[in-house]
Amino acid sequence: MKTHRLLAIVVKELRQLRRDRLTFAMIIGIPVMQLMLFGYAINLDVRGLDAAVLDQADTARSREVIDGLGASQVLDLRYHVTTPRAIDALLREGRISVAVVLPRDFETRLERGDRAALQLVVDGSDQVVQAAARQLARFPLPDTAGWTRRVAPIEVVNFYNPERRAPVNTVPGLIGVILTMTLVLFTAIALVRERENGNLEMLIATPVSPWELTLGKVLPFVAIGLVQVSVVLLLGKGLFAVPVRGSLGELYLAALVFILASLALGIFLSTLARSQFQAMQLAFFTFLPQIMLSGFMFPYAGMPRPAQWLAELLPLTHFLRLVRGIMLRDAGLADLWPSLAALGVFTGLMLGLTVSRLRKRLD
Amino acid sequence: MTSEPVIRTRGLSKRFGDTLAVDDLSLTVTRGEVYGFLGPNGSGKSTTLRMLCGLLTPSAGNITVLGCELPREAERLKRRLGYMTQSFSLYRDLTVLENLRFLAAIHDLPARGLGRRLHDLMSRYRLDALRDRLAGTLSGGQKQRLALAATVMHTPDLLLLDEPTSAVDPQSRRDFWEALFELADAGTTLLVSTHYMDEAERCTRLAILDQGRLAADDSPRALMDALPGRALRVETGRPRRAHQYLATHPGVIAVAQIGLGLRVLATDRVTPDELAAALTAAGLAARVSADHATLEDVFVAATRRSPPEPGPDPTPS
Repeated sequence: MKTHRLLAIVVKELRQLRRDRLTFAMIIGIPVMQLMLFGYAINLDVRGLDAAVLDQADTARSREVIDGLGASQVLDLRYHVTTPRAIDALLREGRISVAVVLPRDFETRLERGDRAALQLVVDGSDQVVQAAARQLARFPLPDTAGWTRRVAPIEVVNFYNPERRAPVNTVPGLIGVILTMTLVLFTAIALVRERENGNLEMLIATPVSPWELTLGKVLPFVAIGLVQVSVVLLLGKGLFAVPVRGSLGELYLAALVFILASLALGIFLSTLARSQFQAMQLAFFTFLPQIMLSGFMFPYAGMPRPAQWLAELLPLTHFLRLVRGIMLRDAGLADLWPSLAALGVFTGLMLGLTVSRLRKRLD
Repeated sequence: MTSEPVIRTRGLSKRFGDTLAVDDLSLTVTRGEVYGFLGPNGSGKSTTLRMLCGLLTPSAGNITVLGCELPREAERLKRRLGYMTQSFSLYRDLTVLENLRFLAAIHDLPARGLGRRLHDLMSRYRLDALRDRLAGTLSGGQKQRLALAATVMHTPDLLLLDEPTSAVDPQSRRDFWEALFELADAGTTLLVSTHYMDEAERCTRLAILDQGRLAADDSPRALMDALPGRALRVETGRPRRAHQYLATHPGVIAVAQIGLGLRVLATDRVTPDELAAALTAAGLAARVSADHATLEDVFVAATRRSPPEPGPDPTPS
């Protein structure tokens, strides 16, 4: 391996990238667009959720609270029911996604502040509804100002989704999805394009080595991946107040390892494909299971065993564990090292396969 | 050292699935030669060139190029070899200068003297005015000059050129060949594949390939002198009819209409008078005279599938 040859390939890649306006725009455009799309779909104030009210207290204050909730426009209080059974039925039938329950001792609970005075029963299988309920839980109840409460006045009860996935889960996950989508695709095309344009035939008749070529094509995208991570983090913080509770340095380290894994996967696909179109199809072929099985869409714990085994093979699964752990639970890489190690092994394997396939021959 | 051939192949074969692209090819190319590969499309020219620079592994046979045994020592060879691919293989979205700089780095050219080298190449191949143009926007001839400059960047001892002028106008072709002879004068050995007769005629030695096999191998002059058969010129008032008739005549190998006349490649046993008599008998009055043998005649005779005269069938045993 000669550094000047590697550098020559990196410089060449960057020059080509700079002239490819559309790709260049996509590098920044895709993260921004996806973040907006996913971010707003989750976090946008939800209005007009179908709701039922069970007012067992039926006092002036309870009616005041219900009016207040109705005025917030988050809930559309369509049903006024008299039994908890009716709420169960409405939820099950999907007629409502939220129920407001004011117990008989609403007033007393409010005064004493030792138990939640109001219950929001929520169809927790829907993340949007969950998010709305969380907002509603901050709704001020009358006469509580100044009181030292041991318990929040409003209690949210999640039906159907005891795991309570927070919507902020999505933005960290989105970092992984965006990196997968762009980086695997770009590098999957990278070598095939050289082959299709005839450049590869010229290159393999020169002293350039497979490692130089592979790394030279991958390295520029490492920088691009890190830029994308930063874009998503900044926008996530600015627009959706997604926190980074753990170490930022560790977050970037995890992202770096995942970027390498994605690029290695992409470049490996590039050695399989015969045309740019095939490369794209292959990239999507790996993209879908990653989205579905990694825990981005559905909780990992809820998947059947074989799906979980499969998920363990996917880099995105491991990255989601890392990024969610670091960003949301303030976990350190010391706690999450198995995922980091898995990504490392995956990267090594893919690069090894790539170089073994990229013999300097045409046949 | 000088007596050692630059390229030596023995029994070289390449099989792709069921097709035998190159069949038992034995060649010797000596230093300083401009060696031509002439053959129709699909005759195995490109495959042979690719095997000679280590891009393809032979199915059988052995190759020695510049003292390197292929494919084992392909990497060592690549420092002394220049290979110009059939289609333009530099980066279309890089400028002329960027492409040349890239190739210089890939070939480990030292930074010292690089500026001079690039300047020399660009002025020799008239690329100065084009240095900041994107390679993709160059004309066919300009692209070939750039490709040649890039291929000789590391001053290789051997140049393999795969149909270098197939997408180039006649003037550019002549210029390109001037550049090739310049390189040959400087001691570079060249192996050029082509399907142009005029180009083939300029080579110092010529191999005619047909369906992967070596059909002829000598200097163009010697090949023309040894033409098996004779070239005849037929002048007649009804060239189309005469063409049809001659195509079925047993002693005729090939017929081509040139202007209003016909050019006939016939076996040695057919004399002009005989042919004229045969034509007259068929109701086609004609004048038949002997003509100079051309390389095209050699090519036609060598790549003709149907046997020109009765005898052993030329299919491989």
